Amino acid sequence: MIVAERKTIPELIEILQGHKKVLVLGCGTCVTVCLAGGEREVSIISSALRIASRLASSSLEIEELTIERQCDNVFIEKAAEAIERNDAVLSLGCGAGVQAIAERYPEKPVYAGLNTAFLGILEERAVWTEKCVACGACVLHEYGGICPITRCAKHMLNGPCGGSREDRCEVMPDRPCAWQLIYRRLKGIGQLDRLKQIKPPKNWNASIHGGPRVIVREDHRI
Amino acid sequence: MNAHAFEPLIVGFFCHYCAYASADLAGSMRFQYPPNIRIIRTPCTGRLEIEYYLRAFENGADGVLVAGCLEGGCHFIEGNLVAKRRVNQTRDILAEIGIEKERLRMVNISAAMGRPLVDIIIDMIKTVRELGPNPLKSTNGNKKEQKDFVQT
Repeated sequence: MIVAERKTIPELIEILQGHKKVLVLGCGTCVTVCLAGGEREVSIISSALRIASRLASSSLEIEELTIERQCDNVFIEKAAEAIERNDAVLSLGCGAGVQAIAERYPEKPVYAGLNTAFLGILEERAVWTEKCVACGACVLHEYGGICPITRCAKHMLNGPCGGSREDRCEVMPDRPCAWQLIYRRLKGIGQLDRLKQIKPPKNWNASIHGGPRVIVREDHRI
Repeated sequence: MNAHAFEPLIVGFFCHYCAYASADLAGSMRFQYPPNIRIIRTPCTGRLEIEYYLRAFENGADGVLVAGCLEGGCHFIEGNLVAKRRVNQTRDILAEIGIEKERLRMVNISAAMGRPLVDIIIDMIKTVRELGPNPLKSTNGNKKEQKDFVQT
């Protein structure tokens, strides 16, 4: 799941400066689950924006709408009329959602209302943690399903750094040491011998460093 | 009293199982509380969403008082604890947008606390009176609400 966080209201007011009618557009997928950009957050942010804009003596007219998924043209279609009748769109989708709408409406200013943070999971109620950096070449099978690139602060591929204290990460003492987790996990599944292999430096070509990535599935193209 | 003195309007979200009953008790016991508060009965304070508080301010309330059961005494186990977190979150949002967070307050009382409830209401009104009117009332966008406010 993509995890995001709302920008502050003063930031949003500054971003929306100069617009009179704004559509606050929520997304019903990842950002709803991470409580950042769903229907409820659209309602809260819209209300806060109305109050803040009135306090700043500018009257912002706000329309609220939440669609199923902002990163998909089929669903964006459902917001077409609302987008047309407003001056600008404040998207509460992730970065992909904001860009999908901006691409679809070249004449309409589209702004991001959230800071898209990471790919993660809900660890416990209201706590999300990063689990994947989308490096493009997954190594999870070698580490018992625990990603050293994401979860080790030093991205170590060959064993722990030696700085961990009592299962805790040296860099972030409130987080567990990923290598401690990997060791326990591999021991539990009887694959400790995997750690004997020395891993060469990771090839980052498949990651963002080589420019934005594209996946084409010829078998599904029309 | 000066006819033009500021009389705060407080919206009270009162839980059916405690605060609303204690307001009733206050009435039965002939304790008078100021008419500045408009009480709205809710099935549980845990039912209240952040938007409710924001909308109250948007529509011209000078203060919002949320009254739920004593901690541990919620009819729905932990509704009042949910409400507490939401109120705190709303207070942060209010501070962010430039409205004093003291205008929103949550209290915990039981159905037997008629007199303490009256004191809480009086104290809330005092706090809001010191803060002055809802800053939204001095902006142009709120003329309609101001008018409604006078009529109620």
